[in-house]
Amino acid sequence: MALDAQFHVLAVDDSLIDRKLIERLLKSSSFEVTVVDSGNKALEFLGLLDQTNKEESDSINFHDDNHESKYLRDIPVVIMSSENIPARINRCLEEGAEEFFLKPVQLSDVDKLKPHLTRSSKPKQHDYYKNTSNKRKSKDECVSPNKSKMKITTDHELSAFVTL
Amino acid sequence: MDIVQLRQRHYIDFMKSMHIENYLDDQFTQLQKLADESSPDFVYEVVTLFFQDSEKLIDNLSKALEQPVVDFSQVANHAHQFKGSSSSIGAHRVKNQCVKFRAYCEENNLEGCLNCLQELQQEYIVLKSKFEYLFELEQEILKNGGTIPTMD
Repeated sequence: MALDAQFHVLAVDDSLIDRKLIERLLKSSSFEVTVVDSGNKALEFLGLLDQTNKEESDSINFHDDNHESKYLRDIPVVIMSSENIPARINRCLEEGAEEFFLKPVQLSDVDKLKPHLTRSSKPKQHDYYKNTSNKRKSKDECVSPNKSKMKITTDHELSAFVTL
Repeated sequence: MDIVQLRQRHYIDFMKSMHIENYLDDQFTQLQKLADESSPDFVYEVVTLFFQDSEKLIDNLSKALEQPVVDFSQVANHAHQFKGSSSSIGAHRVKNQCVKFRAYCEENNLEGCLNCLQELQQEYIVLKSKFEYLFELEQEILKNGGTIPTMD
């Protein structure tokens, strides 16, 4: 559909196979797709990350608060995980995630994205598709407390799913 | 029946047996549905990635279990990754082995882990050889002008 072609999804997953899978799932649903393998790379892609401080750390340095506020507020975020942990899922939804998908993600899940993309008054929207690392120790790293910083408006046509 | 029909029939039977014997589950069927004219080799590409990833993970698991002091959380991480990738392609028996593996890790059970690793390697080797056979069958069918049957 014509509307779908406007939506660009940023998918983040540290698993090569899952990246391949999500890319194909999204492309066959007519989304434009960018796939990266870490939260930091996702933020870099968005031009949000302060690249002078490139080492991986638990804190993510944004360019500045104004930039961040302007950019991320309305991006719909979808969480995915291979683990069905209700407490974690609820926390993500409470913190503003639109949906939670259990992996492996299927076409029927991707179909659920479209309402979230078309609900906004802006014709082009961004959803973040981000899979957290399969390394359990860093599972929370990409989601919060930084996640609250991700609820910011954006002008870019980028969508993302967040996966835990 | 001509050679194409014979091969197609054999392909269907072989694929069915892989499902019946739980080498593959519905997720693999989902994967097959994602292949289309723009990505005709999608399944082959994903499965190939899975082979590479799996061999690396098996190696990581072996090395982690050979350490003088075994870090079971590290072992569990590798098993978790393996569970994820096998689940994503529908490799059911491999996935189940990974689940067992994690249970042994939680118990810090070295012997359990070592036995599990052997079984996991076996499951993986068998699955890989079945896939290789399947891909050869596909090539034969295509080479003889046939199309790969879709499984419903």
